[in-house]
Formats: sequence, structure tokens, C-alpha cells
Amino acid sequence: MLVYTVRRILGAIPVLVLASLLTFVMIDVSGDPLAELRMQTPAPTEEVIQQESERLYLDRSMPERYWLWITGVGGNGDIGLLQGEFGPSTQGQQYEIGPAIAERLWTTLRLVGIAMMLALGLAIIAGCVSAMRQYSKLDYTLTFIGFLCLAMPTFWLAGIVQASGVELNQLVGGQVFNTIGDGRYNAEGQPLWDQFANAFAHMALPTLVLMLTSFAQWSRYQRTSMLEVLNSDYVRLARAKGLRNKTVIRRHALRTALIPLTTVFALGVAGIIDGAILTETVFQWRGLGDFFITAVENNDSYALMGWLLLSGVLVILANLIADLLYGVLDPRIRYE
Amino acid sequence: MSDNGTPITSPGTAAQRSAADRTQLQTIVIRFVRHRPAMISLFLLVVIAGFAFLGPLFWKWDHTVSSDILSNQPPGGDHPLGTSSAGHDVLGQLMRGAQQTLKVALTVSLSATAFGSLWGATAGYFGGRTDAIMMRIVDVFLIVPPLVAVAALSGNTSGGTTWATIAVIIALFSWAQIARVVRGVVLSLREQEFVEAAKASGASAPWIIIRHLLPNAAGPIIVAATLLVAIAILMEAGLSFLQFGIQLPDISLGQMIGEARTAVSTRPWTFYPPGVLLVLICLTINFIGDGLRDALDPKQTRVRR
Repeated sequence: MLVYTVRRILGAIPVLVLASLLTFVMIDVSGDPLAELRMQTPAPTEEVIQQESERLYLDRSMPERYWLWITGVGGNGDIGLLQGEFGPSTQGQQYEIGPAIAERLWTTLRLVGIAMMLALGLAIIAGCVSAMRQYSKLDYTLTFIGFLCLAMPTFWLAGIVQASGVELNQLVGGQVFNTIGDGRYNAEGQPLWDQFANAFAHMALPTLVLMLTSFAQWSRYQRTSMLEVLNSDYVRLARAKGLRNKTVIRRHALRTALIPLTTVFALGVAGIIDGAILTETVFQWRGLGDFFITAVENNDSYALMGWLLLSGVLVILANLIADLLYGVLDPRIRYE
Repeated sequence: MSDNGTPITSPGTAAQRSAADRTQLQTIVIRFVRHRPAMISLFLLVVIAGFAFLGPLFWKWDHTVSSDILSNQPPGGDHPLGTSSAGHDVLGQLMRGAQQTLKVALTVSLSATAFGSLWGATAGYFGGRTDAIMMRIVDVFLIVPPLVAVAALSGNTSGGTTWATIAVIIALFSWAQIARVVRGVVLSLREQEFVEAAKASGASAPWIIIRHLLPNAAGPIIVAATLLVAIAILMEAGLSFLQFGIQLPDISLGQMIGEARTAVSTRPWTFYPPGVLLVLICLTINFIGDGLRDALDPKQTRVRR
């Protein structure tokens, strides 16, 4: 298992390098980091532009810059992933990309992680219930809700949920859910319970939105695979043996039916990260979504690259976890 | 579809056996027509498309600001859906928005499907090292969150982001999904006798891929292409919402929601209609995809990718 894990991580490196090269070239071709500076009035002197261009290493060729971005050899010490530096930012000399990402990472990961777990749970329950009562009213209702959530633009749902949250607060006459901000530093230094309550009030609505827009595609897979398992011979045998329905479902059917979900789950992670950005924007969180949007608006190539690299690593990690889970769930698979 | 004279080697469907005189296409059409949600959806989608493309010809206001329009009017009278804070007629905006959204989504789906299926079929047909390299490239496109990548690109291209630019950029990050699906299908198709027969009679690789493999993979390809339309719509909407998509004075549904986002309770008539229309379009397309899957897949058990 350990050997397999190491091999998979090593195998992911070329993909990651290729992905970073691809995005580096595309971002480089598509935008000019100095555009904002050139547009300024009064127009900056040639000297200032020259200086900024040197600070951002724009005076070097693209392959050279990519090499510099990876290794940092020949730079001013503020660039080079292998040295833990993400490169200079267009958002001023004081703005450091690495610490900025690190500060916001927890805010976003918290949202993505919790929403994903809840969505998985919901998907498994909804999928199994649908399959066990195929063609019943409940099945149709759940399927329709799934379709509806699949068709729902994340930010629109977020807007509706936010507005409902505001109305609920007015109705109660107090602050039940916070509808703006992530509230990370609101309860600092206060007792643990207050910190927890504060986090819950801020996170409940965004998590709900992200969960609803993510669970649908998984629950449809779960329904299909559960149906397949329920109609298989060994489940019929288990029933024929006289096992209780509960045992048949839990011990025999569910475990097998979960196997396909592990692969689909990893495929959905990239989508959830997309959803998190939209949700964070609506609820005005200071997370990675906000970081990303400011980076795009400022043509901040190195910040964008850092972001894309980070999300690539997250997706690859999710894939790895899924593959390892696969081995746990399916005894036919052994990682040597 | 495979009614073009190529031998049909996919296992005959039950319907075919019971009614041998029907062609495969007829069977598929009949099965699709019987799928009630899909048929209702198709009808609704045609109505929406008519609203988006023909509506502007008949409606007196378009999507631009006019000095004749009072801003912030609730629905009623001259403006059945009200007006925006800047002085747009919401109904006129809605038509234009739906039109742009559909144009982007169809372009994305067609181009990404064409490229993705060729890529996937080539990888699957040759196998071995070619396959490994080509699929690694697919992996590269799959690990980047698509919306983020697309936003980074289109947000960077300052000015001049028309619907066509947006469509091309979205397509760039959606073909990989299709390539994956098609490769999977081709991997099993290429082991079948008709491919061997074609090879034996001296057919070249491009000929086999285009004439034999792709037509026989038509079912999964059509389904994936349909679902891609819905995915592209949501992606374009998200992009426009973040203001990295279609730029003013042009409008798309996602952008309308973005503009109205802070006024959900004060001007609900600007917030809800574009969202409802978006949901309706995606919902109908997903149902049509579902109906197509049932109609095209003889076994009906293939897990959706």
C-alpha cells in the first residue's frame, strides 16, 4: 500500500508539471501583467515601466521565466517553487503570494471539505433510498430534486439562500445565520463554544448551497450502482438465505455499491472547487475565491499560477484518496 | 447514426428483434418519443429557443439602455417583467441573454465534441504508448478546475471578450471529458470483428476511425454532447457572474443574475427571471440527455460518465 502510494505520487508529478506548463503558457499569452500600469494617468515614465517589468521578470523569455518560476535559479530570491516562493505579484511589492494563499487556504478548505462530506452522505442516502424504492413516489421526488440541483447555477441558489437567511433573521429579530463574511476572526480568544457557534452561524448557509449543488451527480451514480447490486445474484442469495433486510442492505449491497462512487467522487472535486469560488463570492468571504478574483483583475500571473497549481494538487490528492479507498472497499483489489 | 450502411454490430435491441422491419434509427426515435419527460423537455426547449432567437424580432425593447425606459419599475404595463436600475427592459434583456447563452453552449458542445471524440477515438484505436501519452494530456485538462482556468484566461484578455471568445475558451477546457468517454467506448469496439474486417481489407487508420469507430460510438457521444450543453451553460453563467464573461453592453443570463445579486429583496423581478430561465434550460437539456441515453443504449445500464 505504501509502495503504491509513493508510486502514484511520483506518477502524478509529470501530470502536474505538464498542467503547470500548459497554464503558464496560456496565462502568459492571454494577458499583459503591465496593462494596468500602462493605463494609469498620468502615464508612468518609461523608466518605471522598465523597472516593474524587471521586477516581474518580464524582460526574460517565456521558457526562461517558466524555468525560473519552478527552480528560482537566477532570480532575486522571490521566485522559485522549489524554494517555496511563488513569484512577485503585480499587486505591489509588499504583497506576497505564498502567505496570502496560506492565510485563505483554511477558510476555503473548511467550506469545501465539510460540504463535500455532507454531499457524499446525502448522495449515498438519497441514492440508496431511491434504488430500494425504485419507481415509487419517493424515488421520483428524489430524482427530480437531483435534476433540479444539477440544473441550478450555484451563485443563483446562493443568492436565494442568502436572501432567505436575511429574511429569517428579520423574522426572528436576531442574527441566526450570518449572511456576509466568513467570520474567521470574529470570535478569537473567546471560549470554545462561542467560537464554534460563530463558525456555525457563518458557515451554515454557504455549506448548504455547496452541498446541494454537489450531491446530485453523485446520488444519480449511487442510485444506478445500488440498483445493479440489488438485482444481482448474490444479493438474491443473501435474501434467500433468510438474512434480515437490514443486514442484506448494509453488509452485502451497500458495500459493493459504494465502489463506483469512489471514482466519480474524485472527478467531482474540481467542480466543487469551482462551486466554492462562486459561493464565497456571493457570501463575500475572504477565501481563495476572493484571492483568485483579485488576481485575475490585476493580471497577476504568478498568483494565478500558484492558485491553479494548488487546486491541481488538491484534485490529484482527492484522486489518490479515492484510489486507496477503492482498495479498502473492494477486496478484489490489492495494492502491492 | 448507424443507418448509413455500415454494418450494425452492436447487439440487436429487444425492440428490434420483436419488430425486425424497423431500422435502428426508427427504433431509437420511437423509444425517445415514448420517454415522456424527454419529449416535454424537447418541446419546452424549442419554445425557449424561439423566445430567445425570434422574440427580439417582435418585442419593441432590446437589451440596451433606452432613454424612454424608466428605471426600477416593477413588472406591469409597458414592461411585463419590469425594468432594471440602469434602465433596461428586463424582458428584452432576458431574450438577448438566453440567445447568447444558447449560442455559447451550442458552439462549445459542437466543437468540444468534435475534437474530443477524434482525440479519444485515436487514443483508443492505437492503444499502447500513443494512448498513454494522449490520455496523460487529457488528465492535464481534467485536473484544473474548469471555471477557474477559463476565468483566468478570459479575464486576462482585456476587452473584446465576445460570445465566440468565451465559447472557444470554455471548449478548450471541456473536450477532455468527451475524449475520456469516447476512448472507453472505442477500446471495446476496436476488438470487434468489423474493425478487423476493415483492417484486413486494407482500410487506413483515419478511415477506420472516422467511418467505422465514431459512427458506432454515436450513442454515448450524442449523450455526452447533450450533457455538455448544460455544463457549458452553467460554466458561461458562472463566468459572466464573476464578470469575466460576456461584457456590457451585451448581456447573458449569468451576468443579469450578477447585476441583480445585491437587489434580491428590493428588485426581485431582476433577480429571479434569469435564474428560472437558466434552470429551465439546463433541466430540459438534462432530461433530453436522459431520454437519449435510454433510447440509444440497448442495455440501459451503462453508468453515466
